[in-house]
Amino acid sequence: MANTAEGQQHPLGVYFKIWILLFILSGFSYAVDILQFEGLLRWSLVCIFMMLKAGLIVAVFMHMVWERLAIVYAILVPPLALIVLMLLMASEGSYTELTRILYFVGGSG
Amino acid sequence: MTEVNVTDDRPSGMQGVIADWASDQRAFKGVPWGKAMMWIFLLSDTFIFSSFLVSYMTVRMSTPEAWPNASEVFALHMFGANIPLILIAIMTFILITSSGTMALAVNFGYRKNRKMTTLMLVLTAILGASFVGMQAFEWTKLIHEGVRPWGNPFGAEQFGATFFMITGFHGAHVSIGVLFLLIVARKVWRGDYEDDTERRGYFTSHKGSYNIVEETGLYWHFVDLVWVFIFAFFYLW
Repeated sequence: MANTAEGQQHPLGVYFKIWILLFILSGFSYAVDILQFEGLLRWSLVCIFMMLKAGLIVAVFMHMVWERLAIVYAILVPPLALIVLMLLMASEGSYTELTRILYFVGGSG
Repeated sequence: MTEVNVTDDRPSGMQGVIADWASDQRAFKGVPWGKAMMWIFLLSDTFIFSSFLVSYMTVRMSTPEAWPNASEVFALHMFGANIPLILIAIMTFILITSSGTMALAVNFGYRKNRKMTTLMLVLTAILGASFVGMQAFEWTKLIHEGVRPWGNPFGAEQFGATFFMITGFHGAHVSIGVLFLLIVARKVWRGDYEDDTERRGYFTSHKGSYNIVEETGLYWHFVDLVWVFIFAFFYLW
C-alpha cells in the first residue's frame, strides 16, 4: 500500500479499550461529586482522574505513544511552564485574598 | 509506489532526539508537515486555555466572597428531584463518545474505507453539535436565573465572567470543529483523498493520503482534552 509509512495504524481493539476506560474514569469523577467527598480526598481524586483521562487521550487517541521522542518532547515539555505560572498565581491569589480580608472585609481601615 | 519507512534505521530514545534535531534535515521524522503544524497550533491553544483557567483560579482564590456552589448551580430538576451536574455529566459522556468515533474515523481512513470514514466523521460532527446545543441550553438557563458576567444571585461576582469566558471559548472550539469535520467528511465521501483523484483545493494537498483525517482528529481530541480540565476545575472544584 502506498503512503502508509506516515500513517498511524493500530488495531481497533486498542481504541475500544481506551474508550471504555475513559467512560469509567468519567463515571468515577462524577461519582466524586455525587458522593460529596470533601477536602483533600476530593481534590486528589478529581486530579488523579483528570490526569489519567488527559494522559489516555494524548497517548492513545492522539497517538503520542507511537511518535518519536523528538516531537513528543517538542509538544509536551513547553506546557510544564504552565505549572510554574499556576503556582505563582496561586501564591498571588491567596496573598490578594489575605489583604482583602485584612483591609476591606474586616473594615479596620 | 511504496514508501520506505523513514524512521526504521534511525536511533531511538534520547539519542534519537539529538539525531533528529541535528542540522540540515527534517526534525519530525514520520510526521507529515500538516500534523506537525496542527500539534504546534494545539500547543499554542494549550497556553490560551491554561491562561484562562489560571486567571479563573486567581480570581476565585482572591475573592473573600463565597463562590457559587457548582453542584447546585448546575443541577437540573428532573424526575421530581434536583440532580447535581447531570447535564454536565451527559455532555462529558457525549464528548468522550465523539472522541471514540473520531479515533475510529482516523483508523478507517488509513484503511481507505471511505464509507465508514465518512460515517464516523458525520457521527462525530452530530455528537459535537449536540454538545454545543446542550451548552446553549445551559447558558439560557443560567441567563434566565440572572447570571451575568458582572454578577449573579448565587455568590461571588467573578463567577459569571469566568464561566461565560471559559465555556464560551471552548464551545467556539467545538463549533469550529464540527464545521471542520463536515468539510473533511464531504471530501472523504467525494474521494478527494484517493490515489487517482485530480481534485485539488483546501485540505487536499496530497493525493492518496488520509493524513488530514488524523489532523482533524488531533484537533477534535484536543477539544475533548480541554473539556476534561474544565470539567475538573470548573464543575468539580
